[in-house]
Amino acid sequence: MQDSGGDLQEIIFETLRGALKRPVELSERTHIVDDLGLDSVAVMDFVMELEDRLDVSVPLDRIAEIETLGDLVKALRELMARV
Amino acid sequence: MGLFAKYAPLAAQYRQLEEAGSNPFNVSFETVLSPTEAIIGGRATLLLGTNNYLGLTYDPAVIAKSVEAVELSGTGTTGSRIANGSYEGHRGLERALADFYGRRHGMVFSTGYQANLGILSALAGKDDHLILDADSHASIYDGARLGHAQVTRFRHNSPEDLANRLRRLKDVPGDKVIVVEGIYSMLGDTAPLKEFAAVKREYGAYLVVDEAHSLGVLGATGRGLAEEAGVEADVDFIVGTFSKSLGGVGGFCVADIEGFDILRVVSRPYMFTASLPPSVMAAALEALNQLRLRPALRHQLMSNARRLYNGLAALGFTVGPEPSPVVSTVMPDPETAFAFWSRLLSLGLYTNVSLPPATPKGLALLRSSVSAAHSTAQIDHAIGLFAEAGRELGLIPLSQAAARGDAYLAAAK
Ligand SMILES: Cc1ncc(COP(=O)(O)O)c(C=O)c1O
Repeated sequence: MQDSGGDLQEIIFETLRGALKRPVELSERTHIVDDLGLDSVAVMDFVMELEDRLDVSVPLDRIAEIETLGDLVKALRELMARV
Repeated sequence: MGLFAKYAPLAAQYRQLEEAGSNPFNVSFETVLSPTEAIIGGRATLLLGTNNYLGLTYDPAVIAKSVEAVELSGTGTTGSRIANGSYEGHRGLERALADFYGRRHGMVFSTGYQANLGILSALAGKDDHLILDADSHASIYDGARLGHAQVTRFRHNSPEDLANRLRRLKDVPGDKVIVVEGIYSMLGDTAPLKEFAAVKREYGAYLVVDEAHSLGVLGATGRGLAEEAGVEADVDFIVGTFSKSLGGVGGFCVADIEGFDILRVVSRPYMFTASLPPSVMAAALEALNQLRLRPALRHQLMSNARRLYNGLAALGFTVGPEPSPVVSTVMPDPETAFAFWSRLLSLGLYTNVSLPPATPKGLALLRSSVSAAHSTAQIDHAIGLFAEAGRELGLIPLSQAAARGDAYLAAAK
């Protein structure tokens, strides 16, 4: 699968914009809970959508560690590099 | 405040409920009168939220066996089974459960919660994989966290998503253990177990089914969803509880697998807690007996379940995807759920409120559960109170004729 960080980040941001249904400024430093106001259920849904799109599974302990979009990009990049 | 500062927003919500004088998470039953009635706030109240599916809590045979056991063997075991020994009650109950399920091995735990902690944490080791249905009960998530396996979850009741996850793990070393429930406790929907079993076979995984809400409820002999779906041979481990259909407390696991007993010295929630007292085990054993002897209880339960489910749907409430002893109605938001719950209680009907994150899809639910012990008149009375409170709060149309009566929550299946 494509692995250049830019592509992956674009896919993640695009999926997130779809999930938020309102225009938002997104960056690596965007805090998923504090800045986007997603609750734990919404975060789970969003991650599941990404898992489908990228054909990767994110273990729960990894999800728990993720706070910013940068963390998410990094975690997904590592998980995808493994396969 | 320091230590609890992190709970400030939650504490504020809790205080609000207390001040409003109706906190669904802090209800006192002054006197319990029967499986279906209690005195709450000084008034006789119809119980429609107890999980007492077969109504066995006051069964004379169950009570007699329990009394006999406490007099014969004392009030407690004062220790764990590995450190302080097993009583005949433990072994007898394990044999009875294994016999009921037609399996070689049975193991009892001090609660159903601990059964999940004990089984899931022990089955999957550091290099193994636990794959959970996303809507799993807290005890399943906690059991997964207690162990050292990699944990992922798949979309609720989706064999496709489960297959995707197993496919991604195909060349990854380690055993794969799938965990699902029989009946889901929030919406009362059942797992597509036949399809899950097929996926499990295809990928050579193990399958655990938590039949907490389906023991004594589903299946030709009450063994649960695995029996009803005809896939018992594909289910490697069945976990369950004595606290719902059996009207007691305690949990169990049954299996056929070779070497099962090693779990007794590796499962920490089994090893490091006091074992069940004799009176509790005697009650569970006799309740299991009653379950086997009286299939009529199960039929009455399902008939009551359908009556309530259809009755509430006809009024215009949005109910779960299929009739089951758990009957939940979808509320627009938590505040409405609290108001509705509180109004029902003031009318003499006790139900439950279920909120995210315990509920799927962030739903606020007014949850009910029926019992075989409910009379038809009690079910109809409850439906009448739902109608009255629901119209008062503008949750349903003012006349039955205006209700569409087809608002089933389809998405959960
Ligand atoms: C699916 C499920 N598993 C396990 C449990 C835990 O059982 P217990 O309350 O007997 O500890 C419950 C209920 O609380 C449950 O709903």
